[in-house]
Amino acid sequence: MSARTEPEHRAADPTGRDDAGGPAARTDRVRRPGFGRLVWAEWTKLRSVPAWLVGLAVAALLTAAIGLLICGASVCSRQDAHGREVACTATVGPDGRNVTDRFYFVHRPMTGDGSLTVRLTALDASQPWAKAGIMVKDGIRPGAGYAAVLVTPGHGARLQDDFAHDVAGPAGTVSPGRPRWLRLTRAGDRLTGAVSPDGHRWTTVGTARLAGLPRTAQVGLFAATPLDFGRTDSLTQSTVHPEATVATATFDRVRATGGAAGTAWTGTRIGDTGPLPSAAGGYHRAGDTLTVRGSGDIAPAVSSIESITPVERTLLGSFAGLVAIAVVAISSIGTEYRRGTIRLTLLASPRRGRVLAAKALVVGGAVFLVGLATAAVAVALGTTLLRANGNVLAAVPPGTVLRVVVGTAALLAVAAVLALAVGAIVRHAVGAIVAVLAGLILPYLLAAVLPVLPAPAAEWLLRVSPAAGFAVQQTMLAYPQVDAAYTPLDGYYPLAPWQGFAVLCGWALVALAVATLLLRRRDA
Amino acid sequence: MQQTAITVTGLRKRYGSVVALDGMSFRAQPGRVTGFLGPNGAGKSTTMRVILGLDHPNAGEATVGDRPYRSLPDPLRRLGALLDAGAVHPARSGRNHLLWLARCAGLPASRVDAVLDLVGLRSAARRRAGGYSLGMRQRLGIAAALLGDPPALLLDEPFNGMDPEGIVWLRGFLRSLAGQGRTVLVSSHLMGELEGTAEHVVVVGRGRVLADAPVAELIAAESGDRVVLRTPAVDRATAALTGAGGAVAAFGPDALVVTGLAAERVSALLAAAAVPVGQLAPHRATLEDAYLRLTREATQYRGADATARPGEVRR
Repeated sequence: MSARTEPEHRAADPTGRDDAGGPAARTDRVRRPGFGRLVWAEWTKLRSVPAWLVGLAVAALLTAAIGLLICGASVCSRQDAHGREVACTATVGPDGRNVTDRFYFVHRPMTGDGSLTVRLTALDASQPWAKAGIMVKDGIRPGAGYAAVLVTPGHGARLQDDFAHDVAGPAGTVSPGRPRWLRLTRAGDRLTGAVSPDGHRWTTVGTARLAGLPRTAQVGLFAATPLDFGRTDSLTQSTVHPEATVATATFDRVRATGGAAGTAWTGTRIGDTGPLPSAAGGYHRAGDTLTVRGSGDIAPAVSSIESITPVERTLLGSFAGLVAIAVVAISSIGTEYRRGTIRLTLLASPRRGRVLAAKALVVGGAVFLVGLATAAVAVALGTTLLRANGNVLAAVPPGTVLRVVVGTAALLAVAAVLALAVGAIVRHAVGAIVAVLAGLILPYLLAAVLPVLPAPAAEWLLRVSPAAGFAVQQTMLAYPQVDAAYTPLDGYYPLAPWQGFAVLCGWALVALAVATLLLRRRDA
Repeated sequence: MQQTAITVTGLRKRYGSVVALDGMSFRAQPGRVTGFLGPNGAGKSTTMRVILGLDHPNAGEATVGDRPYRSLPDPLRRLGALLDAGAVHPARSGRNHLLWLARCAGLPASRVDAVLDLVGLRSAARRRAGGYSLGMRQRLGIAAALLGDPPALLLDEPFNGMDPEGIVWLRGFLRSLAGQGRTVLVSSHLMGELEGTAEHVVVVGRGRVLADAPVAELIAAESGDRVVLRTPAVDRATAALTGAGGAVAAFGPDALVVTGLAAERVSALLAAAAVPVGQLAPHRATLEDAYLRLTREATQYRGADATARPGEVRR
């Protein structure tokens, strides 16, 4: 080749990128290899080391196997009023979520519009969220829709409907010298609750709309008080030791208008009493005075009270899979430093920030796909196994299950990117793995799996550490109107699913930014 | 072939208190093999890393063509480099090692097979690189450097670990690459490896250029006007030559080294004096001689330096 006489021999380069020649080229915007090429190169690297593919498979197996082991060992034990073992059941409310619907109802049919007014002269109950008042309910089936205006010992007057909705009215409770008047008015599917200290000056608490409430519903007086639950927890089993408390409410001056008018009352215990015959309740009528005794609660179900198993129980193995994933992610950058291939990588792509971005995309993307398949299989098999063992799965909308599956995949992917970035910062595989275990896995295990930390410490860890990302797996909702142990162990995280995930993303982004900065500054 | 010289201008680089590069300047021209010689620790590898944009110099600049490496579009098609033959993931096959590099440069897989053929590694291409001998890894590294068919090549100690057959092959291969008009810069700390391969050498020591000259010129300068002769009549020969202004030194019982007279003149003088001559030849220094003389000073200085500061870290 007579190169010296033909300096432009390569002018026919099909890529047309030969623009480094003249001084004019210096002023051109330098054209770089496309980002797509880097991603392809990083994918080639990842797929061509068998140990990394094995690592991802191990992650999938660990996640699914641990989840299935826990599901296989989970049993639901429940006793009836005679101390016999019975199948676990759960009640579902109008919105498809689980509810607690246990109380004593003194009722009669109500056809069309009308109103009921009563005076509540006494409420004897120990629990702050004990309830007594007037209710219109779509029949006496547990879980049927309702609206109620009620008084509590600790939280004043309220208008509540369909278990999850709660509107606060005037504060203060009922005492012998200070009765409370209550009124519930139906107009079509709208129910308006009002309270008054004297029967003359009325305050409207709110209006509830009960879609689909039939023309004939049940109207009446009720009393309920949450059971005092004692519980022992283990990884696979929760045993409940409930103690019944009873609320006693005394009503008089019952006045009905329209369809609510009538004379006869029927007393019904709504929902089962479980192992506590004393929780059955009852009522007593003496002239104009009605005394109602009731136990239980009318509220959204929380997993620590109802024997329901959250669907994310099937994904308890995620942390173990994440350990394997972190090892692969860290190794993918760690070996580049250990073997010196990082220099080749930077020779091929002198724009260093893009190298890390491409690596993060490939590692994160591969982990996301593996995580998605793993989570889908673990949830499908795990829920089948749980049901076969007599467990009752918490009822959640299909979108929530989808979010848990996709969220788990995203959680694993972002955690992998975080591990990768830590590996790029530390440049030493063992050190990086220790850092990821200490910063991500350990807080999760301490705060959300093993009952070792006090609740405030556990909550703090799950707010600020990367382990907050596990919140994306939670399906249970916490309600202010239900006093319960809302601990991470029960499936309640201090942050909402996507908030917790955002905390993890924040950690990953910061780590990636630091790693990029260091990669740019350091000699390779 | 587009001509792409590698130019280094006034490079300075410190690692803590150690000066690795102390004003390094030279230019490797297209169309020839430039040997980059110096003892271990002279700054060869550091210079190469700076040329490749891996290390940041404290002062000075290195360009490929007329641009710093890091601003080259498609760098693998401009400059091919072999820095460290061990830089492979042991579990990855040689072919996959080249394949990811090819993906970065937007080159097809067929190019990977082509360079594997060029370096004679086709049969081992699908085996894990961890099982390669050092010589095979050197071939793999050279294949990686050649992937983008670049007009310039930079090879750090490519002869390391090669068997004699491999060394012979590589010498010829480097010459043929230069013959195609490419710039070939090859470092070594052993002279013999480059003798007969490099047309031009840059000898460095202590982070500085000690000599930057064609090999022929260096050898001529080292050889000087010296003639080696063998004669049974040592005394008569000495008398004849010193009388004509030559300096004569005994070199064994029947050999003399004459300085200051050309070989033809020595021959004529001895013939005139009727001195019997067994053998007469102008003395030819080797590249190694030149190299040793050039680096001796620097090496000695380094030795003294090391004694003075025993705690110092050397690169």
